[in-house]
Amino acid sequence: MKKLAARRRSPLALMVLLLLGLTMTGTAYAALQPKADPGTSAATSSVDDIAAGEALFQANCASCHGSNAQGGVEADSIESPGPSLIGVGAASVDFQVATGRMPLNAPGVQAPENRMNLKFTDEEITQLAAYVDSLGAGPAVPDEQWLDLEGADIAEGGRIFRTNCAMCHNSSGTGGALTRGKYAPSLMNVDEQHIYEAMLTGPQSMPVFNDNNITPQEKEDVIAFLKDVEDGGNAYGGNSMGSLGPAGDAAFVWTLGIGLLIAAAVWLGRKAA
Amino acid sequence: MTDQNLPAEHSSDANLPAHANEALPERFEDPGLPPHIPRRADVDEKAAKRAELQVVALFTLSVVGTLVFLVAYFLIDIDARAYVIGIGEISLYHVVLGLSMAASMGGIGFGAVHWAKTLMPDTEIVEERHPQASPQEDRDGAAAILRSGWQGSQLGRRPMILQSAGVAMGLFSIPLVVQVAGSLGPLPGEELYDTNWRRGLRLMIDPSGTPIKASDVTLGSVFHVMPEGFIGEPAHENLTAEEEMKAKAEDQVILVRLDPSDVKSQKQLDWGVDGIVAYSKVCTHVGCPVALYEQQTHHLLCPCHQSTFDMTEDCKVIFGPAKRALPQLPITIDDEGYLVADDSFREPVGPSFWERG
Repeated sequence: MKKLAARRRSPLALMVLLLLGLTMTGTAYAALQPKADPGTSAATSSVDDIAAGEALFQANCASCHGSNAQGGVEADSIESPGPSLIGVGAASVDFQVATGRMPLNAPGVQAPENRMNLKFTDEEITQLAAYVDSLGAGPAVPDEQWLDLEGADIAEGGRIFRTNCAMCHNSSGTGGALTRGKYAPSLMNVDEQHIYEAMLTGPQSMPVFNDNNITPQEKEDVIAFLKDVEDGGNAYGGNSMGSLGPAGDAAFVWTLGIGLLIAAAVWLGRKAA
Repeated sequence: MTDQNLPAEHSSDANLPAHANEALPERFEDPGLPPHIPRRADVDEKAAKRAELQVVALFTLSVVGTLVFLVAYFLIDIDARAYVIGIGEISLYHVVLGLSMAASMGGIGFGAVHWAKTLMPDTEIVEERHPQASPQEDRDGAAAILRSGWQGSQLGRRPMILQSAGVAMGLFSIPLVVQVAGSLGPLPGEELYDTNWRRGLRLMIDPSGTPIKASDVTLGSVFHVMPEGFIGEPAHENLTAEEEMKAKAEDQVILVRLDPSDVKSQKQLDWGVDGIVAYSKVCTHVGCPVALYEQQTHHLLCPCHQSTFDMTEDCKVIFGPAKRALPQLPITIDDEGYLVADDSFREPVGPSFWERG
C-alpha cells in the first residue's frame, strides 16, 4: 500500500484513475441497464375481465383519467389531468402499462419508461385493456403474426425507419431530444409488441402510424431492423458510443484521444530516470 | 558547438536566496543549464541491460503485431463476430486488424523512443547563435548588383516600358480569374423558385410510393410524402440516382391531420382537406428536413438547429434561427378519393437566397 501511495502523484496515476473510472461507469451501466420484460397478449376478453379491469381502473387510473375514463378535470389536487381513454384501444393500454409508463409517477412533460417497476401483472394488464377497449373500439394488441419477424425485410425496415422514425429516435434507434425537456426514448431492448403498439397508437408526443401509412408487414420490417441493430447488425468498428453521432465521437476524441496525445508528448519530453 | 557540463559553483550561486542588503547586479547573469544528472542506465550496467531488453521486447511486439495482422487479414471471416467486454458484439476482423496494427506501429514507436531516452547520449548541448546579418561588404555588393540591374534595364529613363508591361501583366490575370469564376457553374436561374410538385400530382407515401386516401390520414398521424412519379418504383425506373436525390431534397412534404378547431389560420384550412394539411419539410433556415412532429403540441422541430414551427399557426416559426414559415402545399381530392396537389408550391421552398431576400 505504501508503495502504491508513493506513486499517487505520478502522471500515470491520473491515466489509470481515468481508465478505471471509465471502465467502471460502463460496466455499472451494463449491469444496471433494465432488461426487457415479456409483453402481454390481450387477445381474448370476457365479461369477467372487463369487470375486473374496471375495478383496477377505478383504483389506479380514475384519479387522473376520470371515473368513466372520459378524461380528468383540472382541480387543485390534479394539475395536469389525464386525457380521455375512450377509443384509445387495448394496444394503447398494453403499451402504456406494460412498459411502466402508466400509472405515471408524477406529472411531467415526459412519461418515462419504467419497466423495472411494473405495477400490474400480465393478467391485470389484460383486464385493464379489456375494460378500456369496451368503452370504445380502438387499435387491438397486435397479432403474433406481425411480431415473430419471420420473413421480415430488414433493409426495407431500415428505409421506412429512416423516413418516419430516425429524425426523433436517431438513425440507430437510440433516442434523442425533443422540445422543452421531452425526448424520444431509446428503442433498444424494447419488446417487439411494444414497438408495434407505439407505432399503432402514437403514445405521448409520438404521432400515429396507422396501418394505411405503415402496413403491418412494414411495421414488422421496422421491428426486424431495430432488432438487427440491437444484435450489433450495424456495429462494425468498435464501441458505438451510444450511436449518438458526431457529438459522441467528438467528445471521445477530445477527451481520451487528445488526452492520450498529451500523455505521449509529456512522456516524450521527460528525461528517463 | 560547446559541450556544457556546468561547473558546480555556477549553479549553487543561482540557488542562493537574494539578500536585501546585496545590490542587484547590473544585468541578470545567465544561470546556464541545470547540472547534468546521469541516468540509471548510464551508471548501472544492469539497468542498461534491462533497458536494452525492453527495447528489444517492444520491437518484437511490433514483429508479432505485423505477423498477426497479415495472418488475420487472410484467415478471419469478415462476418465473424466477437464479444468484447464493455463494448459488446463487434466485428472480430476489425478488432484483430486494429489491435495488431496498433501493436505493429506502437511497438516500433515506443521502442524507438524508449531506446533514445534510456540508452542514447542525453547530455545537454548548446549551440551558440551567431549574428544573423551578413558582413557589410557582402551587403554593399548585393546592393551594387541590384543597382546595376535597375540601370541596365533603363526603366528609369524609359518609363513607357514599365507602364505597358504593367498593363500587359494586369490583363494577363483576367483569363485566370475568368476560369475560376466560370468553373463555379451556371446560375440557378428559376430553379430555386420551383419544385416538382404540379397540380394533379398525387401525394405518395415515402418510401413505398403508395397513394393516400383522405380517410387514411387519421387524427394524430403523420405521413412523409413525395410527389407521384418521384418515389418508389416509377422513380427508380425513370430517374437517375441524382435526379431522385434532388427530388427528395426539394419535394419532401409532411402531411398531418389537425383538428380544424385547433387551426388558427383560415388560409391553412382552405389549402388543406378537412384539416389535412401538407407542408414543405425543408427547413427555411439551412434546409434540413424538419420532421420531428409532436402530435400533442403540434410543434414541428428541426433537428439541426432546433427551429420550431407551430403547425396550427400555418407553420409559423416559434423558436430557433429560421426566419420564414414553412411553405404550405395546397392539396385537394381527385375523382378516386386520393389526395392530390392542387397547385405547386406558391413560394420557394427551403432556405432564403440572395435574390429572394
